[in-house]
Amino acid sequence: MPLDQAELVAAAKDGDREAFDELVRQTYADAFTLAYRLTRNEEDARDVVQEAYLRAYRGLGRFRADARFSTWMYRIVANCASTALSRRSRSRHDDLPDDAPVADDRPEADPEMMAEATILRDRVDEALAHLPARLRAVVVLRDVYDLPHEAIAAELGISEAAAKVRLHRARRRLREQLFPMRGEEAARAG
Amino acid sequence: MPADSNLTMTCEAVAELLPEVVDGAIPAPTAVTRHVETCLRCQAELVQYRKVLRALHQLRTEVLEPAPGLFTDILTSLEGAGERRAIRSLLRQRRAAYVGAIAGATAAAGAAGIIVLASRARHRKLRLAG
Repeated sequence: MPLDQAELVAAAKDGDREAFDELVRQTYADAFTLAYRLTRNEEDARDVVQEAYLRAYRGLGRFRADARFSTWMYRIVANCASTALSRRSRSRHDDLPDDAPVADDRPEADPEMMAEATILRDRVDEALAHLPARLRAVVVLRDVYDLPHEAIAAELGISEAAAKVRLHRARRRLREQLFPMRGEEAARAG
Repeated sequence: MPADSNLTMTCEAVAELLPEVVDGAIPAPTAVTRHVETCLRCQAELVQYRKVLRALHQLRTEVLEPAPGLFTDILTSLEGAGERRAIRSLLRQRRAAYVGAIAGATAAAGAAGIIVLASRARHRKLRLAG
């Protein structure tokens, strides 16, 4: 059996089920990671990943050979996660609105320590969890997974302009959470 | 305040643009670049944005370990979808065969009817001629 993803995709398109299973084996942890980053809930992430592979399997005929399978999967996962989050927000109201301030519950946090890359990465991950889902989705897809605005907008069902606005807000919120400056804000306001 | 070039934009205005220009996807307007070059506060803020962006990029290399059983669950749901598809395809084939058989039977019945009618008409003509 071929192990290269392009060959596996070609074989799967020809109806080779084992080739598709191998594609799943190679990519499911990565897909789960993205699903978890978007939903911040393990159960939801599992459901999203299962649904995403079902959609991928059914839509494999539409997959363009010049694209990367993993990037295609990211888009499907993003779309499934978006649907799952909309469903969840209808049944639960645990998300903060876009502009609600997020309290920094770590007043002892030392900005100097945050300069350490590893620590900062962990804190960014934690800060992402505090972002409203709609902001988190855009910043994760753009700044972590490098998807273009156009793809993000298409998969989340929003306009490109809205995607850019959300990215702007998300980056600003992350910076404010990770580097809570400061009497400067007051100085700027004054 | 001195009227030098870094004051052509305020810190507030620059701060508004920093999240957009930090990744270099959109070139920063010259006025922003000039301001940042001479404003320590905005330089510090830009550095913070860059650190956040770098940390976000680093997350890409991190792959979480899914709980055991996910791979099997995915394959099982694919299996189920495959079976459903096969059943649907079988039903479609049977439906097509059924419709074909009915169409064939209808056509045969029609042809038989025409033959009977034609034969009766011929008998009637012969009787009249006799």
